[in-house]
Amino acid sequence: MNVVVCVKQIPDPADPGALDPSTNTLKRDGKLILDESDSYGVEMALQLVDAAGGGEVTLVSMAPNSEVSGLRTALAMGAAKAVLVSDDALKGSDALTTAKVLAKAIERAGAYDLVLAATESSDGYTGTVPEQIAEVLGLPSVTFAKSIAIDGGTAKVDRQTEAGYDEVTCPLPAVVSVTAGVVEPRYPSFKGIMAAKSKPVDEVKVADLGLDAANVGWAGAGQAIVEVADAEARQAGEVVEDDGEGYARIVSFLSDLKII
Amino acid sequence: MGISKIWVLAEASGGNVATITLELLAKARELADTVECVYGGADADAIAATLGAHGASKVLSTGDLGGQLAGVPVAAAVAAAVAAGNGPDAVFLGTTYDGRDVAGRLSVRLDAPVITNVVDLVERDGGLAGVEPVFGGTQNVITKFTTDKVGIFLIRPKSFAAEESGGGAAAVEALTVPDTGATGAARIVNRHVEEKSGPQLDEADVVVAGGRGLGEKDNYALVENLAKALGAAPGASRAIVDAGWVPYSYQVGQTGKVVKPTVYIAAGISGATQHLVGMKGSKNIIAINKDPEAPIFSVADLGIVGDVHKVLPKLLEALQNR
Repeated sequence: MNVVVCVKQIPDPADPGALDPSTNTLKRDGKLILDESDSYGVEMALQLVDAAGGGEVTLVSMAPNSEVSGLRTALAMGAAKAVLVSDDALKGSDALTTAKVLAKAIERAGAYDLVLAATESSDGYTGTVPEQIAEVLGLPSVTFAKSIAIDGGTAKVDRQTEAGYDEVTCPLPAVVSVTAGVVEPRYPSFKGIMAAKSKPVDEVKVADLGLDAANVGWAGAGQAIVEVADAEARQAGEVVEDDGEGYARIVSFLSDLKII
Repeated sequence: MGISKIWVLAEASGGNVATITLELLAKARELADTVECVYGGADADAIAATLGAHGASKVLSTGDLGGQLAGVPVAAAVAAAVAAGNGPDAVFLGTTYDGRDVAGRLSVRLDAPVITNVVDLVERDGGLAGVEPVFGGTQNVITKFTTDKVGIFLIRPKSFAAEESGGGAAAVEALTVPDTGATGAARIVNRHVEEKSGPQLDEADVVVAGGRGLGEKDNYALVENLAKALGAAPGASRAIVDAGWVPYSYQVGQTGKVVKPTVYIAAGISGATQHLVGMKGSKNIIAINKDPEAPIFSVADLGIVGDVHKVLPKLLEALQNR
């Protein structure tokens, strides 16, 4: 069982984000880390390969400046190898272009049974890329998976719904997006971290994937940010130290609103 | 992109139209002369009256999806209509499970991008542009399409107020689903409804949400008990959902539900950007957190710097003694 996991390397969410004033897109020129949302897909993939008793986990990622630190984290968890697409021509790519690029990278990764992705990234959070990848690859898909089990050539997925969840069956190969929290991502061991340093990362340019640089990045984006404005700030109210009577302030606040 | 015809993805469950659909119809009506719904399901007749009353002149229905997830067949049907020259100028979809699936599939079929996380729509350069909050809603970016393809907008729930237009029942017409080959092979084989008592999280007048500051899973009972005492819906931050304390359906925020209750009580929630986006539209916000620097206090009308383990039990006792 071979599983490809799409992983995004993002600016550390602990650092305040900023827009590049010349392009109005998220600054991504600093150090990038593995999106925590993707650690669930990596863990799920490792468990599925383990349960199948053979195969490997391959990562695909698209990132500026040949960034590999997030990939190394996932390789340290146990993924076998990675395909990294890094090309200045990709700057400004929208989600649709990203999906087209990742689809090509997935094909380059070799034979696969399953493609996993997080439901959305923690920085851009468009949440459309997994489904777009599936359509580009001509594959069936199940989104918002809470659990995945493989039974022969079929994936059995519990898919989150508004009301609860649906049991969905899907023939392989397929694309499945997983919600955060479905599994407990393992911490890389020291041995894993050391091993990750020598695991292969196949770094490619857009042209290596058979894509035209004129159709990606800014040139290929079918959308443009025309305005950035500060939103109306919410006025902060009163902040009080709890002296043991803090609850009483809440009671009177609720009482004033006639909630109680 | 001119704006004369907008299609709205209709979602419904058991003959009840989803609130998000009615919200999208209200906005679409403001922007376009012709507003029609696209629906993937067998019961279009049952929802035609409601959709019509909210401004849809037609319901274009794929009919029974035979257990398929909506994404593939609905997107294929819409793309086929566009290819035949019968498509709209824009498609509005809610940021829901099925809405996102349809948008992603449709985007590739039309080779057109999606503007996502939209909370408002404005006209720019003769076309529709989406307003999207970034950095926890401290800034808004306005994004327009640069091609004349169909504009696909994924719009967040609670962005607009649902409002009846007084229209008669929408006319139900068939929307043909072309052969989708391997892409449509996933099948729903069983549905599970998680029974929840009390008000729905995204419709409740009062929400009590808990976060990592509760310390451990068992302490979420403090939140549930307070919610019960106030007739409120219990909610959660992403941190404790990811930690498995409560189901995903409890999550408030960017990746969860957007809530705008009269009162939102955040207990032990620090207020990460991803959480603030989902709740800062609440009319009144009360925050309890032991860290005086927690970002949640920047949006709170009443902030209590204190230990939730001490404040919540006293609050609950006081409410029960009233």
